[in-house]
Amino acid sequence: MDESAPLKILIADDSDSDRLILKTLLKRLGHMVVDAANGHEAVALFQSETPDIVLLDALMPSMDGMEAARHIKKLAGERLVPLIFITSLTEPEDLAGCLEAGGDGFLSKPYNRVMIKAKINAFNRMRLMHQALSDQRDLMHERNRQLLKEQHIARGVFDNVAHTGCLNAPNIRFHASPLSVFSGDVLFASPRPAGGMLVFAGDFTGHGLPAAIGAMPVAESFYGMAGKGFNGADILREINQKLVRILPKDMFCCGAMVEVDFALNQLNIWNGGLPDMWLMRSPTERYSLPSRHLPLGILGPDQFKADMETVRSRPGDRLLLMTDGVLECSDSEGQLFGEQGVRRAIENAGLSRHPFDALMSEIQRFTGQHKFGDDLTLCCLEMVDEAGQAALPDAVELSTLAGPTQWRCDYELQGSTLGEFNPLPLLLHICMEVPGLRRRSGEVYTLLSELYNNALEHGVLQLPSEWKYTPEGFDRYYSERAKRLSRVDGHYIRFSFHHDLTALGGRLRVVCEDSGEGFDFQNHPVLQATEMAQSGPRYGGRGLALIKRLAKTVQFDKKGSRVDVVYEWFF
Amino acid sequence: MPIETHRSHDGRSLTIKIEGRFDFSTHQAFRDAYEHGGRDVSGYVVDLSDATYLDSSALGMLLLLRDHAGGDSADIVIQNCNNDVRKILTISNFEQLFTIR
Repeated sequence: MDESAPLKILIADDSDSDRLILKTLLKRLGHMVVDAANGHEAVALFQSETPDIVLLDALMPSMDGMEAARHIKKLAGERLVPLIFITSLTEPEDLAGCLEAGGDGFLSKPYNRVMIKAKINAFNRMRLMHQALSDQRDLMHERNRQLLKEQHIARGVFDNVAHTGCLNAPNIRFHASPLSVFSGDVLFASPRPAGGMLVFAGDFTGHGLPAAIGAMPVAESFYGMAGKGFNGADILREINQKLVRILPKDMFCCGAMVEVDFALNQLNIWNGGLPDMWLMRSPTERYSLPSRHLPLGILGPDQFKADMETVRSRPGDRLLLMTDGVLECSDSEGQLFGEQGVRRAIENAGLSRHPFDALMSEIQRFTGQHKFGDDLTLCCLEMVDEAGQAALPDAVELSTLAGPTQWRCDYELQGSTLGEFNPLPLLLHICMEVPGLRRRSGEVYTLLSELYNNALEHGVLQLPSEWKYTPEGFDRYYSERAKRLSRVDGHYIRFSFHHDLTALGGRLRVVCEDSGEGFDFQNHPVLQATEMAQSGPRYGGRGLALIKRLAKTVQFDKKGSRVDVVYEWFF
Repeated sequence: MPIETHRSHDGRSLTIKIEGRFDFSTHQAFRDAYEHGGRDVSGYVVDLSDATYLDSSALGMLLLLRDHAGGDSADIVIQNCNNDVRKILTISNFEQLFTIR
């Protein structure tokens, strides 16, 4: 803004001669002048001409200067229009009255050219400064409004990608800040195609947009892969690799993955940098599951370890996971809630209280607040009967006749690949091209995974399922499994698919053959039973029972190392 | 100054000592410390004896130092941590990347 630019000045004086003198004087100084002979006119001109500065005679007929000043200041609102009284008054009370009416200063009569010029310039500087500040403030408001609007939209996009999945399932309780996008915490849960759930909690370093941007690919990988049947370790590897690639060196994501198998009553967990998880069985029996890995986004794919720890559970067990916002809650004196706080809360929970409620109310009591910081995430998962599980959302209904209907496919895994690669997502993907099968993805996945696991664990690896009956055997089973997986040279598992249409729908035939020694299928209790009965607490045979229940026919041959299953679907 | 550096007699090792809170506010000073530490420095010691607190952005800074010092081949010792600081390093399993003593 130019300080020397000509101003539009409103003058009001009831004396024609005085007005003329002042007007001439101001014009010579280079300004534009509008003039009024009384207060009424002055107010009207102020509205129509929006002058930059107003010079008012204090004493005028038909609305005096004071009254006019009040009106003008009201009309000007936030705008600073310097208002200078021209007066011959000298009494302090009178002068004070002028200021109280909204005047910013005085010019005394008779006029002095030098004084008028100096006053006008001084008030103009004030006006310009005020203008500049208001403009900056308005700009800041506008920018802020725009930023909030953008964040709101970004939040909407984020929510579509990083939706809460099945966090509203009846066996899950959780607290996540509504502003968590911009705090860097994430919490996801997804049902698995073959039953069970995957839960992921994460905490990005830093806050705001960078953290939110990192969270997007994590959400996409998690939900995309979980829905396709990938296991927790596969998803962790993918997330880690993505984060290493996209995040700056000093950013990473502390996280925990939990694979929940309700049918086997088993949890597979991985904790990289989050506080201890707690498995709670009863008020006195509980286990902490500490972080054993580096956070995600630090190690390259060759060094990253996604091995999950297997934990046996019982129906009613509860698993508590949290981000470090819980430990970093502080009381009024700045003391941290810490691990002791968590321990205290769950120890005091007793029988009657849900540990989630106990912990939440202990945090509230400790901090003295009912609202928490943005980066506090807490999730409690209960082991329940599979029957109570949230089902996968129905796949989009498609015409049953679209897609491939008559096809054949052979797929064989060999040697060390058996120990390194999970073929189920790929196999499921092939089958899901058939719309009629897509509507039954859970059943197809269960069928394939049971066939594959039987072929791998009992066929190729020759692990006796009896081991899994006891806690000691259970550990032995899994350590032996890992050991034997490193010695699978020369072994294979072969899947042959054949799909065809029938009058009422379609038929998928799956032949699964492995290089193992087979088993005595003639005398196997599950295969003997005509009426399908669940084999109680026994784990062995559970897979077979499932396959038999889902398939139309199941036939073993080659001493039990080859199984031929026919699965039918209907329009 | 919350960050002090000194080099060993042979000039091969640079010690960075942090006082008070090791968090985002020390970002620039910490970075300057190792970037201007000298050319023939081959090993780093991060002395946390006077550090009272360490947050996740400090962990990020340690990762930056590790990258600067050669990534997987970096020779970095983190020493004299108090219990709270040690706990944070342990939860994140940073002993897999740094020598902590």
